[in-house]
Amino acid sequence: MMLKRNQIIGVGFFLFVIFVAVPWLIHVSGRWDFYYTLTSVALLSIASGGVWLTFYIGRINIGQGAFALTGGYVAAILVVKYDVSFWLTIPIAGLFCAAVAVIIGLPILRLRGVYFAMITLVLTEVARLTALALPITNGAKGISSIPLPGELSILGLTLIPDFSTVANVKLAFYYLAAVLMVLCFAGLYRLVNSRIGHLCRSLQQNEELASSIGVNTAYLRVIAFAISSFLGGVSGAIFMAISRSIYPASFPVKDSVDFMLNCFLGGLGYVFGPMLGTFMIYFGWDVLFTTGKYQLLIYSAILILLILTLPNGVLSLRIFNKRGTAK
Amino acid sequence: MSALLEVKGLTKRFGGLTAVNDVSFDVHEKEILSVIGPNGAGKSTLFKLISSFLPSSSGEVLFKGQRISNLAPHIVARKGVVRTFQETTIFKSMSVRDNVIISHHLRSQASLAGYFLGTKTALADEEEFGRSADEIVEFLNLGEIRNELASNLPQGHLRALGIAIGLATNPSVLLMDEPFAGMNHDETMRTVELVRGVRDRGVTVLLVEHDMPAVMKISDRIVVINFGEKIAEGIPSEIQENEKVIEAYLGSEDDEIGM
Repeated sequence: MMLKRNQIIGVGFFLFVIFVAVPWLIHVSGRWDFYYTLTSVALLSIASGGVWLTFYIGRINIGQGAFALTGGYVAAILVVKYDVSFWLTIPIAGLFCAAVAVIIGLPILRLRGVYFAMITLVLTEVARLTALALPITNGAKGISSIPLPGELSILGLTLIPDFSTVANVKLAFYYLAAVLMVLCFAGLYRLVNSRIGHLCRSLQQNEELASSIGVNTAYLRVIAFAISSFLGGVSGAIFMAISRSIYPASFPVKDSVDFMLNCFLGGLGYVFGPMLGTFMIYFGWDVLFTTGKYQLLIYSAILILLILTLPNGVLSLRIFNKRGTAK
Repeated sequence: MSALLEVKGLTKRFGGLTAVNDVSFDVHEKEILSVIGPNGAGKSTLFKLISSFLPSSSGEVLFKGQRISNLAPHIVARKGVVRTFQETTIFKSMSVRDNVIISHHLRSQASLAGYFLGTKTALADEEEFGRSADEIVEFLNLGEIRNELASNLPQGHLRALGIAIGLATNPSVLLMDEPFAGMNHDETMRTVELVRGVRDRGVTVLLVEHDMPAVMKISDRIVVINFGEKIAEGIPSEIQENEKVIEAYLGSEDDEIGM
């Protein structure tokens, strides 16, 4: 697929900002705490990207927290109890979540609208209670003191150094999260602009007609849900590595709702909507910290206003569409 | 003539109500067969049973000798029996051309992963779908509005788009759900020509309809059902003179059969 010239410029500019400009600015200003914030934004937007894909097939998904939590636990257990390399646990956590999504998705993806939304909301709570109950997840105490990611090498060639030896762990995690975010959204962009994306839109618009033209709607829905959960699992696994711990309360229902809100705010019709939405919600909340006890009130009021005035998300504003990178 | 589609003792019960009762008939290759009946006769239910959008209580539908009843709708479509809908069922937020392109799904050679990676097969598919979609769009006189959003189309064009979507799947049998409903005389006659054109492309057409003049004009054969049971079957002139049919339509609707 050929990208248009202004798209290449847009992508180049974006990559420059996140990989060069941001680290430089943080270095100059000395605000090292921003690394943690931006790393979180990158990881949360990966999980939100997954939720966005389920929106794209016409399902409201409020269950991403369940998969982030599952991914976090899978990675933590593998690293701590089975001494598996953290780098290997990222794909394993993702695939584990995808497999769970297939099993759960087959029955529940038959539901539509609010029924599906409610079931996924319950999933988040089920995941938390499961983590509390299972012996391997160590109950309410969770798993802590997880070692930092070790070295990743192939045939003796070091691709990623041991994180306990790097000078700036925060920067290392930032790069890791940013690279994965770029890969995730490049993949989603490709998916949506390929025939698969058209098929997903056909599901979103009319499932009956889609099946009458021969689309295996159940299969496509499960695939989309599995990809969504894969991304949730991956982001959960890296969160676990950054906080070096995982608890049943690591991803509460609020997170699941936030993942959905991120998509709404950025725009359900735009691949990069969840990324922008996550950034705005995360930073907006932090900026409003200065308003003290009015923080939540102002935050909610702004959200309501934004959804009222821009029901198709912030990316539906003209300036974004002109630049041509929005979709 | 051999039967392409065989409906055998098809029955559908909803609780205590028998909507379709032991209906049997054959559809021959490249014919236009209409199923007619007064309102509430069970036409729509029969239609959904044949296209497998409803499971049958008993009886079966055979396509080329293979059972297709009670399979998933997309599998029935894959075998070559495709239904059209009434006009509101389209992909509203896509252009006319995109509606037709997406409906080429059954002709896909590449896998989903192939489309993601943009393999040669996938690219060839895309090119072929675009070319074929243009041809179908022209065939149904939708060329001038090919880039229009489907939700903006007037009813007549929507009906044609529905047929275009059906044709794009390359069906052996096209099942049409009331293709003339709500049309005036001119529109009906234009659509009659379109349906004939579809048959001339080698597609067998089974339509469910209650517009009598159109049905008499277009059908090779007609099956009449009333209260869920088949009461007559034959060529249009036979049906017009059939006592049971006249009786079924007597009363408020007797003028409809008079042509």
